[in-house]
This record gives sequence, C-alpha cells and structure tokens, in this order.
Amino acid sequence: MNVIQKFEEAQLAKLTEGKEIPEFGAGDTLRVLVRVREGDRVRKQAYEGVCIARKNRGINSSFTVRKISYGEGVERVFPLYSPNIDIELVRRGVVRRAKLYYLRDRRGKSARIAERRMDEKPAKSAPAKKAEAPAPKAEAAPAADAPKSE
Amino acid sequence: MKLRTGLIGRKVGMTRILQEDGTHVPVTLVNVSGNRVVNQATQEKRGYTAVSLGYGEKKAKKVNKPSKQHFAKLKVTPPQMEKEFRVSEDALLDIGAELKADHFVEGGFVDVTAQSIGKGFAGVMKRHNFGGLRASHGVSISHRSHGSTGQCQDPGRVFKGKKMAGQMGNKQVTAQNIKVLNVDVEQGLVALHGSVPGSKGSYVYLTDAVKKKMSDNLPFPASIVQAGGKAAEAAPQAEDVKAESEAE
Repeated sequence: MNVIQKFEEAQLAKLTEGKEIPEFGAGDTLRVLVRVREGDRVRKQAYEGVCIARKNRGINSSFTVRKISYGEGVERVFPLYSPNIDIELVRRGVVRRAKLYYLRDRRGKSARIAERRMDEKPAKSAPAKKAEAPAPKAEAAPAADAPKSE
Repeated sequence: MKLRTGLIGRKVGMTRILQEDGTHVPVTLVNVSGNRVVNQATQEKRGYTAVSLGYGEKKAKKVNKPSKQHFAKLKVTPPQMEKEFRVSEDALLDIGAELKADHFVEGGFVDVTAQSIGKGFAGVMKRHNFGGLRASHGVSISHRSHGSTGQCQDPGRVFKGKKMAGQMGNKQVTAQNIKVLNVDVEQGLVALHGSVPGSKGSYVYLTDAVKKKMSDNLPFPASIVQAGGKAAEAAPQAEDVKAESEAE
C-alpha cells in the first residue's frame, strides 16, 4: 500500500467511525439526509430518489441520486463518505446495469424499477455488490432484510 | 530577524481531505522524512550563516571520491540530495542533527520551491495565455501565433521581455503562502493545501512563508530528533518563548 492510500485509509477510518453506510447499488431507492446550515441552525433535508450510479474509489467514492421534482429530472452527486449526509435505503431494485443513465431518457412507467425481493439472489441483480470483495457477503443478507422489516 | 531552516521533501502526490463540516480540501502530500544537517556555514567561515540539509542516504558506490572525502571530514553519510538554507545566527543547527516533520505546524504557512513540470517549447497561447489570431477572415497558417511584436522604424527593435514562444516549465518556481493542513511525524508527511510545483517524486523545498507572520508555536530553531540534539532543542525553545513574551 502506498503512502497516499495509507493517508486516505486513515481518514476513511475516522470518517466511518460510528456511522453506518448501508450497502446499496444502482437501482436502489435511497433517502439521503443532507445537513443544511441556515444561519446558526443545522437541519436535515431529505432527498429521495433512485441511485443511478455508484463510484467506488476509496475516499473519492460518490453516488448519484436521480429524482423527478415538479416534473423536472434532478440529479445530485453525493460524496459517499461526506460527514454531511446520512443514507437510508428505502427499497432495492432489480437492474442489470451498473450505471442507469438510460433512465434520463425515460419518463413515467418506463422509468420504473422493479423491486427486488428478499428471496432473489443478490448477486444476480446487484452489480455493485459483485464488484466488491467477497468479504461483505455475510452482511448482504441482513442488508437485504432491511427494507422488508420496515 | 529570526530565520529558520526549511526542509527538503519529496512530492508524494495529491489527494483530498474531508473536513468535519463536509467540505473537501485538495491536498498535496510531501515526504519530509530523513532530513539532517550535513554542513553549516558560519559568519567566520563564509561570511553568512546557513545550514546545509541532506535528504536520504546515497548508496556508497554512487558517491564520488571528492564528495566522499568531503562528507567523511564532516562525519556524515553522503545524502541523496543536499540543499543549503539561510538561517539567522540563533537558528544555526549542529551537524548531524535530524529534523522531524513537525518542524512545520498545522495551520502554518510555507513557501514551496521546486522545479516545475517541463512543457517543452510552447507557443504563446499556451505559455502566456494569448488569444491567437482569428479562425477565418483571411488568416492563414498563423492561427496560434502572437501577432505583432512591436512598432516600426521607431524604436526599430523588439522590446526586452516581449512575451514570445519558448521553453515553458522546467524551471524553479516558488509557490507562496501554502497552508499546512496536516503533519504526521511518524511517517514524516506534511499535507499542504492545494497543489505545489513539481512532478510526483520530485524534490521540493519547504520554508516558512516570507509574507506571513511566523506562528508562535513553531519549534525554534528546529524540530530535532531527541537523540541527536537534546540540549539543542530544549534550550532555544525556552528562549524563544521568552523572546516572544518580550515582543508582546
């Protein structure tokens, strides 16, 4: 591991301490609670939409959430490890792409994503998960449970 | 005037720091481990005071005979890189003293000097941000040229300093007032805000920023490894505090 990787890893450890980032990938519906500063007050603003892309690059990781707001498509890119956001997994989706940019050209019915059921094999429909090391496999099951229990 | 020595470092590369308020700050990591004093210049000997720092150790077979004898006389191992820093008389360091990364403190400012990345023989558009000539309206072949270089028979010459095409980069550049964001003594790393001149792996020289007030908590004359110069560090630091309280 080179010096820069070590430096980033040390930072990541500090950033993820006491904070849980749910396992998610493209196709999943997320609610992102963004800390907004208004003068002295800090409040959390929810932004809910479909995750259409996720980039895994250590500390430079980010994900894109798309939603339709007042008939206009809105996309926001969040840094995955930003201390300003909390991520909630709302719903898992069945998709066959890692990047769902095709959703940009679609509206309404054709822009829907089918919900992934618990009994489905996670590896089949979650490309992001496949890219990760086999280590989080054990975590995969409880993560898939989460939306159902809610 | 108090003038501390700088440090020799090697540019490691760039990354980012996520601060607690969620802002991202680009940083450059510089490896400053293995700095030691290999020579000194004094008023009596050379008419000015300076310390010569060495970075790393050179393989014995790579050292040529004259420098081998030179360093043997000073009783230090030949360094990979040597650089002299002017210091004030009270900041003179003993030969052999090793310096640590916390020579600079978080929140302080440094000037970074290095050889910039060479761009070769560059035209005026790249080198001086000229606009070039028009794409059409009769301009031929000279779309990226500089146009006129001056007047006519009077003055009958091109003024000195006229911006023209030529070598760009690969010359010594100093970036001033760069903030130190993080200091890791164990790994000998200093994280600097933003970019600094030079390519990855190139030597950079860090000195206290000349255009900023020196911060009060800087180790003076230097942050030295304890074993090397125990007395050298402890004593002048106390003096430093005294001097500062007097100044206030």
